[in-house]
Amino acid sequence: MVAAPAARHPRAQQVMAALDQVMDPEMPGVSLVALGMVHAVDVGRERIHISLLPTFVGCPALDVMRAQAVKAVSQATGVEPHEIVVEYTSAVPWTSDRVAPSCYRALTSRGIAPPPRVTENVMTEMPPMACPWCGSTDTESEGVFGPTACRSIYYCRACRNPFEAMKPV
Amino acid sequence: MAVDRYHLALTELLMQLADDDLVVATRAGEWLGLAPHLEEDVAFSSIAQDEMGHAATYFSLLATIHGGDRDDLAHLRPTMARRNSVMLERPNGRGTYRDEPHFDWAYALARHFFYDTLEIARLDRLVQSAHRPLAEAAAKIRREERYHSQHHAMWLRDIARGGAEYRRRLQIALDRAAADAVDLASVGPMAAEMETFGLLPDASHLGDDWRARVVQALDPLGWSLPPLGGTLNGRHGEHTQDLTLLLRDLGEVYRSSPGASW
Repeated sequence: MVAAPAARHPRAQQVMAALDQVMDPEMPGVSLVALGMVHAVDVGRERIHISLLPTFVGCPALDVMRAQAVKAVSQATGVEPHEIVVEYTSAVPWTSDRVAPSCYRALTSRGIAPPPRVTENVMTEMPPMACPWCGSTDTESEGVFGPTACRSIYYCRACRNPFEAMKPV
Repeated sequence: MAVDRYHLALTELLMQLADDDLVVATRAGEWLGLAPHLEEDVAFSSIAQDEMGHAATYFSLLATIHGGDRDDLAHLRPTMARRNSVMLERPNGRGTYRDEPHFDWAYALARHFFYDTLEIARLDRLVQSAHRPLAEAAAKIRREERYHSQHHAMWLRDIARGGAEYRRRLQIALDRAAADAVDLASVGPMAAEMETFGLLPDASHLGDDWRARVVQALDPLGWSLPPLGGTLNGRHGEHTQDLTLLLRDLGEVYRSSPGASW
């Protein structure tokens, strides 16, 4: 995992704690911090600047997450919403390797297998995934594309359930 | 003066990237509900969504260089100001998505295969672009595009194994797509500046590189790259009526109240 920005400043810690309460609208229980989307937090005397990494550039949830981040940080710090700037950056590309193992349980409890580590092979051939329902690895890829940009569809032959998996990217 | 040429070349490049993705995303989006099966409907709309996201990224970069608002740049520029390849603006087949859509899936695949191959060849160069925000965006976008290539490669493999009728129809589709593709791997009148300023490194070999990659993918499956044709060059702002109609539909709501927050 890539470490979230070190929050030395007490105010920055407050901001990180607030961002950890902002959930991906399509994956309840998995926060922006857990997804590794927080690139930098800059706390000034009156302004707070937060840069986030988009998981997928065309993800329609990005604007929702931005609005929720502003609201959560404003409530936690007392800083006015218009003094909180949340922007998306491509300064480094987001990769599924940034997803924190601490949220794997939240993912599997919703039927989503956590992403495998990104390697060259993984990008050309979808890897076998453990079924989030029964744990079996007797599963098959049903399609690279799923209900959201960051997820693929799988089928478990053991418990005969479909499930989703976060794409390695 | 050199600074001006730099900005002109960068503007041209960003317009090509933005317009290509805007148009290909729109055509792909018209397949929603019409793809051959449910999983493919999910896949093709995901690809359309990705491409529209990439277009939005390029339009944002364009707005910082060219000035103006990214949505205005996407929706309000006239046809002759557009820089997308002519192949991308062609309809998906007979009819429209609203009225009797008798679309041609083989054509959609052939066109996407040509375009995605170009995108990867272009992104491999753009990650080294001297315009740093573009290089950063390209690194992110390239990761997503690999899934698109994988998807189209899978379809080509399946069709190649499908028998004579499958192979015949795909050949016709490749011919039709290629008939408009003469401008696809070209970068327009400022190619030399794009290369000299390092905006699109090795721009002069983009066409050869694209051709080699296409042949490398088609050859083992028993297809060849048909001759490229077309009398219009989209990189010079030359387009068909098809693009005018596409832009009219795409921007209809936006133009009803520009700048409104929906």
